[in-house]
Order: sequence, then structure tokens, then C-alpha cells
Amino acid sequence: MSRAIWIDVGAEAEIPARAARRFVFAETPIAVFRAGDGMLFALVDRCPHKGGPLSEGILHGRAVACPLHNWIISLETGAAQGADSGCTTTLAVAVRCGRVFVDVGALDRAAARA
Amino acid sequence: MARTPRKRPRLVVIGNGMAGCRAVEEILALAPGKFAITIIGAEPHVNYNRIMLSPLLAGEKTFDEIVLNGRDWYENNGIELIAGVAAEAIDRTGRVVRLADGRAIEYDTLIIATGSTPFVPPVPGATLPGVVTFRDLDDVEAMKAACEKGGRAVVIGGGLLGLEAAYGLARNGMDVTVLHLMPVLMERQLDQSASYLLIKALAARGIAVMLEAKTTAFVGDDRVRGVQLDDGGFAPADLVVVSAGIRPNAALAKAAGLDVARGIVVGDTLQTSDPAIYAVGECVEFEGQLFGLVAPIWDQCRALAQTLAGDGALRFACSDTGVKLKVSGCEVYSAGLFAGHDRSEDIVYRDAALGIYKRLVLDNDRLVGAVLFGDAADGPWYLSLIKSGESIADKRESLIFGRALTEALAGANPKDAVAGWPATAEICGCNGVCKGAILDAIAQKQLTTLDDVRAVTKASASCGSCTPLVESLLAAALGDGFERGPAVKPMCKCTEHGHSRVREEIVARRLMTIPAVMQELEWRTPDGCAACRPALNYYLLCAWPGEYEDDKHSRFINERAHGNIQKDGTFSVVPRMWGGLTSPAELRAIADVAEKFNIPTVKVTGGQRIDLLGVKKEDLPAVWADLGAAGMVSGHAYGKALRTVKTCVGSDWCRFGTQDSTGLGVRIEKFMWGSWTPAKVKMAVSGCPRNCAEATCKDVGVVCVESGYEIHIGGAAGLHIKGTEILCKVASEDDAIEMIAAATQLYREDAHYLERIYKWMARVGLDSIKARVVDDAANRKALFERFVQAQRFSQVDPWAERARGLDADEFRPLKPVLAEPHR
Ligand code: SRM
Ligand SMILES: Cc1cc2nc3c(=O)[nH]c(=O)nc-3n(C[C@H](O)[C@H](O)[C@H](O)COP(=O)(O)OP(=O)(O)OC[C@H]3O[C@@H](n4cnc5c(N)ncnc54)[C@H](O)[C@@H]3O)c2cc1C
Ligand code: SF4
Ligand code: FES
Repeated sequence: MSRAIWIDVGAEAEIPARAARRFVFAETPIAVFRAGDGMLFALVDRCPHKGGPLSEGILHGRAVACPLHNWIISLETGAAQGADSGCTTTLAVAVRCGRVFVDVGALDRAAARA
Repeated sequence: MARTPRKRPRLVVIGNGMAGCRAVEEILALAPGKFAITIIGAEPHVNYNRIMLSPLLAGEKTFDEIVLNGRDWYENNGIELIAGVAAEAIDRTGRVVRLADGRAIEYDTLIIATGSTPFVPPVPGATLPGVVTFRDLDDVEAMKAACEKGGRAVVIGGGLLGLEAAYGLARNGMDVTVLHLMPVLMERQLDQSASYLLIKALAARGIAVMLEAKTTAFVGDDRVRGVQLDDGGFAPADLVVVSAGIRPNAALAKAAGLDVARGIVVGDTLQTSDPAIYAVGECVEFEGQLFGLVAPIWDQCRALAQTLAGDGALRFACSDTGVKLKVSGCEVYSAGLFAGHDRSEDIVYRDAALGIYKRLVLDNDRLVGAVLFGDAADGPWYLSLIKSGESIADKRESLIFGRALTEALAGANPKDAVAGWPATAEICGCNGVCKGAILDAIAQKQLTTLDDVRAVTKASASCGSCTPLVESLLAAALGDGFERGPAVKPMCKCTEHGHSRVREEIVARRLMTIPAVMQELEWRTPDGCAACRPALNYYLLCAWPGEYEDDKHSRFINERAHGNIQKDGTFSVVPRMWGGLTSPAELRAIADVAEKFNIPTVKVTGGQRIDLLGVKKEDLPAVWADLGAAGMVSGHAYGKALRTVKTCVGSDWCRFGTQDSTGLGVRIEKFMWGSWTPAKVKMAVSGCPRNCAEATCKDVGVVCVESGYEIHIGGAAGLHIKGTEILCKVASEDDAIEMIAAATQLYREDAHYLERIYKWMARVGLDSIKARVVDDAANRKALFERFVQAQRFSQVDPWAERARGLDADEFRPLKPVLAEPHR
């Protein structure tokens, strides 16, 4: 179990509602989403189907529709919804003093599990 | 402290606010004479009810009415009150509190109850006179004084407190605008639908709300004159109330070396890291949580009193609390996890006529959250179900209708819910028809169909959302004699309405935003899905050109990033080549851009233009800027919009050409580009029936002949191959353009989202299109004019706007830095 590695990815205001922003960490694209209700989520920005960039999808409720073939991915578990199956890694997000932090330590943990 | 008997331990409380005094009350109730008590308060007042500052501001209460403990309480209980003096330091080794006036107060046990301080965004002008916060009596008095002069007030922050301030200021005659950073008011308590209703209700009270408004400065010289926003906007103001959140007031504790994270860290006995010191109220942090409402704070006070004066058995634990907006006259209630999560399910109830929205969040047959607007009477009942965590499996169907109905139906088969309703129960909210009236009509007039019931009673004749109820009444009355009519295919699982109905209602009821449509048409989900949101966005855009503000988050990525997303996440860029014409300068610019940005593939498309494939998203604005400098605009190759107008060389060069097909194609494209349509629209103009531009398999095609122009419609050559039908023949280019624009406008106003012209034509029939466009000249003119009007707002090159910086955040990746999160 690796420890938490929090990185400061930007100001809260940089991630508007129902939108996502992405960044690349250790060659892994990561998407930070803000659901319509204001909650923040981070996922590895690769659709479990064919690697589509989830950060470009339409958000609704707490899910995002992948822009390539419309799989619906849960922001909370990273899992495909409905009949589709597959999962992308979720990362913890925290807001402190108006800055958004993502725990990229989970990337190691996911890699260790794989 | 001379009069304090030595034997009794000295209990000192810093903070004469709600938590400090309540803790003392609880201690006195358990062990009246145990401590010699001193309360130090920075405010020069006795203990008052801070919650009631809102009604005080609104003029609904006086100060005397909000006092919790008057002077006599302190005297009768032998409490020494040091009011109007702040504690400045805690000397933990000497067990002394040092006051601002130099006094030193000894303690055996200390309670810190310093509350919190309002957060003021660190922007220029924050200290200007006229910028106030909303926390204590002085703030209210400052606001009331400002109100005497009248004028404009701006409230920063649309949370619970900000809205209460706004309401109070409006009641005092101010012209109030609320600026809120988030797209949803009270986003910690409400969802978008409830927020929409709240904004409507506030507007009715004269309070304007601006969402997603970020303050960058308070502007003024000797005093504040207004608020500068990051989008360049400016809100003039004579008074600014900042209500942008609170921070625990933990400075004293921190300076004294106590363990402080965001707040003063306490355990379940409210003890801090120093065993002689306790903390209670908004200044504490417990299990990572902060507190901003009194309900959990009262629990803290009880637990603290048990620790200090009881047997210590009661420990503090966090529990859910409900929140109610007190003063605005709107019934708003929220409790628990209103936002839900992926396993949770929503039950949504909307009554458009009464302005009611209720949403319950269920997780595994347990209620975990509730948001109520317009009818909050059942709030406490839902809260009790949330807190108890009991299974609601047996009351699931009736839960949303509230406690009374649920209890009345207990034990009954929930599917027969309507059967169990009293005759006076209202079925159709729009037309006020109750169950009894419908059953009477069915019996007396021998009605057998839904349409009959609609015609006679008007029930379900308006918004239609009660149709299932009316149907179950019919089914119950007629038994097997009732057949359900063919159902309209709903837009998606979020609604029972079909596309056409939604389009009609948007126009008829002047619905101007997506949340408005969802509320008024009683959507079953809180914020729609990836199918209905883009459709609604288009319908609104088409219905209200120039007025509706496009919701980019309801658009598919291609229309948001103005390029086609590729399988590797890069984008393609296709500039317009009007009618398929290009020039050496344009080709040179394309070549330069391809080299400068390392664009891997340059391809001629099937639509007579050039595609640059594999452009990185962050390069898009710069690519567009270079293309724009050479005069090129977006080709909308990505949009539900006008794509290409293909042409052939025509009479200019071709030996068979009958008319200037190239020129007409260019004219059509220049006139019609930028228009958003239900699905993509492709056009072509061929110079003779040899049809080299393939006009007879396009959405709209023109085939030139000696005597004029044949206008074709409804072709496609993609998933389905379909030749066009002839709409009509016209004599001049001008007539051709009018006819094509009118037909396109009819399609824009009439078709379902994602329905291409040929599908729309199959649904409504060529004859109906002909009747409305060709035969009815007046209607054609009106359609044409509406198209022209809409084009005034559409013919803005989306690339140029973005090259100049619009939506810059869309194209800017985050720049992460390695860091521990600051506390
Ligand atoms: C680039 C191009 C192929 C090419 O290299 O030539 C192309 C590329 C795509 N076409 Fe096409 N179509 C292209 C001309 C055509 C044509 C020919 C034409 O326009 O004359 C057709 C048949 C005519 C028609 O539309 O009826 C055509 C029928 C389709 C269809 C089927 C549409 C249908 O209703 O049946 C789709 C799928 C869709 O739109 O849902 C499609 C969808 C697509 C998409 C947008 C797929 C997607 O969603 O990502 C492709 C985007 C690639 C990109 O990034 O540019 N493309 N596509 C052509 C761009 C034309 C332009 O300049 O804008
Ligand atoms: C306008 C308004 C409306 C509200 N409405 C609601 C509501 O509807 N429902 C709800 O649940 N909650 C509401 N709240 C929140 C509620 O009032 C607070 O949660 C509650 O007051 C917190 O109690 P507290 O004792 O921790 O802080 P406070 O009540 O703020 O008391 C702290 C006291 O400590 C004093 N102090 C601070 N530092 C020092 C020092 N160094 N020396 C001496 N004294 C010091 C302060 O002057 C203050 O008097 C509202 C708050 C406001 C401002
Ligand atoms: S034909 Fe298919 S693969 Fe080729 S561009 Fe069109 S959609 Fe893509
Ligand atoms: S890659 Fe996401 S749905 Fe196919």
C-alpha cells in the first residue's frame, strides 16, 4: 500500500460545474470533474471501452457519457453503467483553501493491483 | 475574581455566543454549583440568538426578542460576564487567559467557543467602507444604517446566509443582486431544479441572482461603488454584503499551541489536545468535519456538559441535520446526502402548476437524502427516516407524497395508490380536477378513452404528466373494457413527453432555460441525461434566438471544442471552403498551419474541402487564429449545423452548365452558415441534370436547368441511401434562396433533435412541407424572416471567438504541482 501523494492541480474556480479539466501525471491522463451539484471527482481519463477521453464527455448526475461511443461511466466508482462492464481508476479529491488536490498515490496502488 | 469562593474550580468560557452559553446552560442544569463561571465575550452584548439576525435584519424581530439570556440570567447563576473585551492569549502553563484590556483571568477548566469568522475573498478593495459581512449584531446595524440611504446592494454568496441577507435588504427597500460563484444557489443544500425554483421565487421578491459570477475586485474610492466580475461585468453597489463562507476562529488556540487543523481538533468529549481545555461550536473540527449549523452544536454542548459535570457517558457523534431557509417566504428544505451517488436512486416529484419540486435519494431501500421546494412540511419526517436508517421498502411508492398519504396507505397495495385516494384528491394539478370529478364523468358520460376524459374534464389535457393517474382511474372504472392508447415515444427515460410536445411547450410557456423546462414539464430526473440535455439546448436555442444563453455543458464535445474528436482524443479541423472553392493563399495558410503545429494528416474530404487531422486540443485556438488570419472560418464539420454546400463548375466553365451553380452554392453557404439545426444539413448545387455535385442525395439540393432551378429535399447517402424528392421549381436565384431558407427554418422549428431532413420528411410527409413552404407564400415569408433573424445571432465564427480567448479554460489543461494539501 503506497501512501497518499496529493498534488495541487489548480484553483477550484478552474473546474466549472458539469465540466472537466484534465492533466497528465506520470504519463497517465487524469480528469477532474465537477458534477452539477458541485462535487468534485477524479478519474484516470481513459474509458474502459476503448480508452476514450472521459473528460470530454457530457456530465449528468454523477456520471459522464464517453464522447467516443457513449458508454456511461460513474464518477464515483469509475465503473461502466448499465449493460457495459469495465472500470477506470478513481482518485481522491480534496479542496483546501480554494485549491483542488488530487491523490495520485492511488495510481501506484492500482498499478500494484494490476 | 475576589468574590469567587476558592474551593470551587474556575470554569472560564471564551466566547459569549450560542455554543458558549448553551454549554454553560447544560452544565448548570446538571450541576448548578459545581463551577465558578466566567464568560468572556468580544461582543458588547448579552447572549443573543445569532440565527435570528436574519429576521432582525428583515425587520421581523427586535433585538429584545432575540436575546437568549439577559443580564438576570448571568446574575442569578452567579456568572461573571466580561463583555466587550476580547481574549488575546491563553497561557497554558500558568492557566491564565489574557484579555485585550490587560487583565488576566485564571482558569482550572477552559472552554473555547469562539465561533467562526466570515471569509472575505482576498481581492482588491475588500476593506473599503460599505463592504460588510453578516455575522453579528454590529453587521446588522451597519446594514440597516446603509439601507436608510437606499440604493443598490450586492450580496456576494448565494448560500443560506447570503439569501437571508438578500431578503432582509430587499425588505429594507434596497435593490438587491446576489452574485454566486457556483451554477446552483445554496449548492451545498440544493440541486439545480430547486435552485431554479428558488431563483424564480427570489425574482418575484425583487431579488436578482447572477450565477457563476466571480468577484475580482470591490471598486470605489472613499467607499464601495460596485463589484468587478471576472467576465468583465460590473455590478454597481452602494452596499456590499460578503457572505462567501466562514472559517473556524481558531487563532487563539493555534497561538497557544493546541492541535489545530482547519478548526480546533477535539475528540468525542470535546477535549482539545490540552486536557484542561475544551472547545465547542463552529471553532472545532471533529473527525475532519466542521460545523455551521446549531443542531450538531447543541449535541456538542450536551456531550461537553456530560464530560465536565455529568458521568461522561454521553459522547458526541456527527449526525445528519436538515436545513431550512427561514425568512425568504419560500419553503425550502434539504437534508442528508441530497446529491446521491452511483448506487443511489432518485425519486423526483414535480408539480409545475404549484411550483413544487421534491427529490428523495434512496440507497438500498433506505432514505439517505431529501430536497424539498414549495412544500417542505414533510422535511422533518424525511429527516427522521434518514436518521433512523430504517428500510422504506414497504412505503417506497407513496413516500414522495409525504407522511399523511404514506401512513394512510400503510398495508395497502401500493400499485393501487390512486384507488386508495379520497375523492377530493387532486389528480390534475394544471386544471384542478379531483379524483371524484373524473370518476363521476366516466360513469355519467360513459367515457371509455383517455381522450374522452380529457375532452370532458380537462384532466391531463395540459402538461399531461397526470396521464398515468387518469389511465389507472379509467382502468379501475372500466376493468377489461379499457385499452391504453398508443403511447407517444418519450424523449428519453427522464420524461414521458415526446419531442414534439416538449418543443410546443417551450414556445407556449416561454420556457427559457433547461432547468425551467425540466421543472415545468415535470422531468423525472434531477438534471436530465446525455440524450435530453443536448436536445433541450437545441430546442431553446432555436426557440429564443439571441435570448437563450447556450449551455455549452449540454453540448457534445465536438460542438464544445468546435472540432471532431478522434479516437486518440485529438481533434480534426475543417475550415470552410465556400462552395468548394479555394485559393492559393488559403492553401498556403493551410500548409503553413499543418507544418507549424506538426499536424500529421491533411486530407481532402468527401465534402469538397480539406481536413487537418490529429490536432492537439490545446493547439486548437492557435490553429484557428492562423487560419482566421488568412480569412478562413469554421466549417462546422462537427456540428448539428449546416455542413457543406458542394458545387460543380457550372456555366462558368462547363460546356453543359445551364446556370452559375458555383456562384449559387457560394451564395447559399455564405447566407446559411452558422445555423444550428436538429441534425446535420448538407447541400449541393449541380449545374445540370448530370448532377456532378450529387445534389440529389443531399438534405437540400439544387439542380439547375435551362428554365431555372429545381429545389430538391430529403436525400441522404450515409447509413441509408435515399434520393431526394422535388420540392418545387423556381425561376431565380433569389427565389431559390428564399425557398431553401424557409424549408430549413421549418425543419429547424419542427424536427426532433437528431432527426435528419429525410427522416423528418418521412414523419410529416412531403405534402405537409410543400403546403407550408411552397403553397403558402405568407408562411414562407414568415419562415424566411425568422431564419434571417436567427442568423443575426448565429453567424459569428466560433473559431475566431475562441482564438480571441472565449472559453479559454476549455482548452487549457490543468497544471499540477506536487504538494501536501494545505490545511
Ligand atoms: C471527413 C469526412 C470523410 C472524408 O474524409 O471525406 C467525414 C468524416 C466523418 N463523418 Fe461523414 N464525413 C465526410 C463526408 C460524408 C459524406 C459525403 C458528403 O457529405 O457528401 C457522407 C454521406 C452523405 C450524407 O451525409 O448523407 C457522410 C456520412 C456520414 C454519416 C451518416 C449520416 C446519415 O445520416 O446516414 C455519419 C454519422 C452521423 O452523422 O451520425 C458521418 C459521420 C462522420 C464523422 C463525423 C464520424 C464521427 O462522428 O466522428 C467523421 C468525422 C471525421 C473527422 O474528424 O473529420 N458521416 N460523411 C467527410 C467530411 C465532409 C466535410 O467536408 O464536412
Ligand atoms: C445570520 C445568521 C443566520 C443563521 N441561521 C442559522 C439557521 O437558520 N440555522 C442554523 O442551524 N444555524 C444558523 N446560523 C449559524 C449559527 O448561528 C451558528 O452555527 C452558531 O451561532 C455557532 O455558535 P458558536 O457559539 O460556535 O459561534 P458564535 O455564535 O458566533 O459565538 C462565538 C462568539 O465568540 C466571540 N469571540 C470570538 N473570539 C473571541 C475572543 N478572542 N474573545 C472573546 N470572545 C470571542 C464572538 O464575538 C462570538 O460572540 C446562522 C448564522 C448567522 C450569522
Ligand atoms: S466512413 Fe466511417 S470511418 Fe470513414 S470517416 Fe465516415 S464515419 Fe469515419
Ligand atoms: S471509448 Fe468510451 S465508449 Fe468507447
